[in-house]
Amino acid sequence: MGGMTAPQVAPIETPDIEEAPAADRPWVTIVWNDPVNLMSYVTWVFQKLFGYSKDRAEALMLDVHHKGKAIVSSGARERMEHDASRLHAYGLWATVDKQ
Amino acid sequence: MSMFRRHADTCVARFAADEVSVLRQVATEVIGLLTDGFDRDDPVVERLFPDVYGDDPTQAAEFRRYTEGDLKTAKIDQAGAILAALPATGGAVVRLDEEAAEAWLRALNDVRLALGIRLDVRDDTDLLEELDDAVMHDPTSARVRQLTMYQYLGVLQESLLDAIIASGR
Repeated sequence: MGGMTAPQVAPIETPDIEEAPAADRPWVTIVWNDPVNLMSYVTWVFQKLFGYSKDRAEALMLDVHHKGKAIVSSGARERMEHDASRLHAYGLWATVDKQ
Repeated sequence: MSMFRRHADTCVARFAADEVSVLRQVATEVIGLLTDGFDRDDPVVERLFPDVYGDDPTQAAEFRRYTEGDLKTAKIDQAGAILAALPATGGAVVRLDEEAAEAWLRALNDVRLALGIRLDVRDDTDLLEELDDAVMHDPTSARVRQLTMYQYLGVLQESLLDAIIASGR
């Protein structure tokens, strides 16, 4: 998921996410596993809503399935709330959090 | 059991009368849950309208205040798309354009989420085993009927998704 979390401006040194002040950390949209949604459907929704390739969408879906959750997008808080809303319209269980 | 197929620009399925009746029933039930029967404490409502801030109830409520109305309307509309494409009674051939097909796809997902909660479907649930147990216990029970519907709707949703994806090939 490299491209998704890459900062827009390259930092001089790699910031330590754990050490960064809370206000500087990006917001993320998290999708949680659930036992009902079809794997093919979840993959399709990731492609449809985020424009991800089939491979990337499938990898995210498998992360959700096996690890229980996956970060599907990151950025400004309002943008993440919008993403979570769209995922809810498709019946996916999405939350917003700070990374 | 009916399945959707791709036919030119549409997704097509031929439903028998009992299938039309099941689809009308589940779509109507979801609309009921989203309108007069709307109850924030119902686990189905909790699942269809998840808290966006899982560990911050105040922020979650604030967010919900601004978004719940639109989400509810969208879900009512997509369940309505199922009803709109079906006759009141009897079998039917259903032809869905892209917009209607995607509304059906989302609505079938909502219906399955609702049924899944009612049936207590979990990650390790073996549906065939559940169905066998339920049939042994009482073949005429509501649980047998609901488990059968749940399986049917899963197969139908998958076939619709395949038909939608086939348009992009």
